[in-house]
Amino acid sequence: MAKSSIDLPPKGGFSFDLCRRNDMLQKKGLKPQSFLKTGTTIVGLIFEDGVILGADTRATEGPIVADKNCEKIHYMAPNIYCCGAGTAADTEAVTDMVSSQLQLHRYHTGRESRVVTALTLLKRHLFNYQGHVSAALVLGGVDVTGPHLHTIYPHGSTDTLPFATMGSGSLAAMSVFESKFKEGLTRDEGIKLVCEAILAGVFNDLGSGSNVDVCVITKGHKEYLRNHMQPNPRTYVNPKGFTFSKKTEVLATTITPLKEKVEVIEAGDAMEE
Amino acid sequence: MASNSDSVSDTQRTLYPYVTGTSVVALKYKDGILMAADMGGSYGSTLRYKSIDRLRPIGKHSLLGASGEISDFQEILRYLDELILYDNMWDDGNSLGPKEVHNYLTRVMYNRRNKFNPLWNALVLGGVKNGQKYLGMVNMIGINFEDNHVATGLGNHLTRPILRDEWHENLTFEEGVKLLEKCMRVLLYRDRSAVNKIQISKITEEGATLFPPYSLKTYWEFAAFKNPTVGAEGSW
Repeated sequence: MAKSSIDLPPKGGFSFDLCRRNDMLQKKGLKPQSFLKTGTTIVGLIFEDGVILGADTRATEGPIVADKNCEKIHYMAPNIYCCGAGTAADTEAVTDMVSSQLQLHRYHTGRESRVVTALTLLKRHLFNYQGHVSAALVLGGVDVTGPHLHTIYPHGSTDTLPFATMGSGSLAAMSVFESKFKEGLTRDEGIKLVCEAILAGVFNDLGSGSNVDVCVITKGHKEYLRNHMQPNPRTYVNPKGFTFSKKTEVLATTITPLKEKVEVIEAGDAMEE
Repeated sequence: MASNSDSVSDTQRTLYPYVTGTSVVALKYKDGILMAADMGGSYGSTLRYKSIDRLRPIGKHSLLGASGEISDFQEILRYLDELILYDNMWDDGNSLGPKEVHNYLTRVMYNRRNKFNPLWNALVLGGVKNGQKYLGMVNMIGINFEDNHVATGLGNHLTRPILRDEWHENLTFEEGVKLLEKCMRVLLYRDRSAVNKIQISKITEEGATLFPPYSLKTYWEFAAFKNPTVGAEGSW
């Protein structure tokens, strides 16, 4: 029987060809590379005018804090932001990818992006990779149909909620929400509640820490409050700081530039075609 | 008594729990200790028993709350019964206080853990003796500590943050109960093995009081719960 050459569509997904080699290397004693996880507290809630998202700023690599002040609230569209927990590279890549897709879609349709569009793009991608893309997201935004808040799990399932928490500190943050959330919060009450929830994660969960980032999205307006609260400032041994008492006398000053200052002429040599 | 692993005694070691109780939450307040637990006993993922008393007074000065395997809890109650009985038989005017009972439980739990045959419980021991309030916890692996507020199981993740934030010295009885109810409500929403039938008990210098069980009010009227797909008909 002749082999029929059917043109199969290119196989997507991960290639597991190197798994056997990796297993063999591990048995021989090679320690596998650890990856940067965000071990996180991320939250979102719907208030009277829109959506408020919050996140802590600690990125961990096993037991070590790799980044003390990373950004976990990612831009998706002018009216949509997304918090990410799980493997840092996965959350960055997936939100970046969907953000570009949304931009192209905006050009194509000439309209403001909708939150459900971002939701569907993200969940289709994550389901396709069967949970191997380890990104747990809290997606929030305000579009023509109103404010929306969704959670997306690494395997691709989604929930629509009035308040949501994800990450290792999600239980601590959820305990704050479950006891204090009510509908129709004002902007200040909402920000206060989001901060309280993130602080519960920061102080009670070892995978979360450092500062609190907040993002407020309302109809036609967004506010990204980076490091809105900094409850863990760097402290120094001497509370007064350092002062250098005896001022050194300046006898003479000479400045020698290490490189020659070159004048750049506009419209210089054009590049070769 | 063969205690090392051979085929006979292997089948007699506790390997997994069968009927389990969920979290216990307790805190110190002005007059003593307040403790709360629900009355459910789960058999795996079935809610088998809905009237299990998981809070018991021990002697004159202590209250014991247990989560984990119910049969091991009942065994511990028998050990403590014997302990208190012998203490009473001395008839010397002295009685075992919460610190002593806690220490006894710690030794029992740790010793069983060392024999690889643990009592599968997390115990909360609280009491007042001579004006001194005491609240401690022992684990199935023998971890013990004392603090102003403790919780077992999922309570550690869901209620300790609330307690760390809102507990303060000199809570009145009403404030304490309100705080415990807040904690039990969060557990009711977010712990799959929780039952809406909670029991609160208090222990003061005068003695222990177990209040009758009641259920908490819950709120399900959020707009997003009623209509999650507004603006995107057909999605989920």
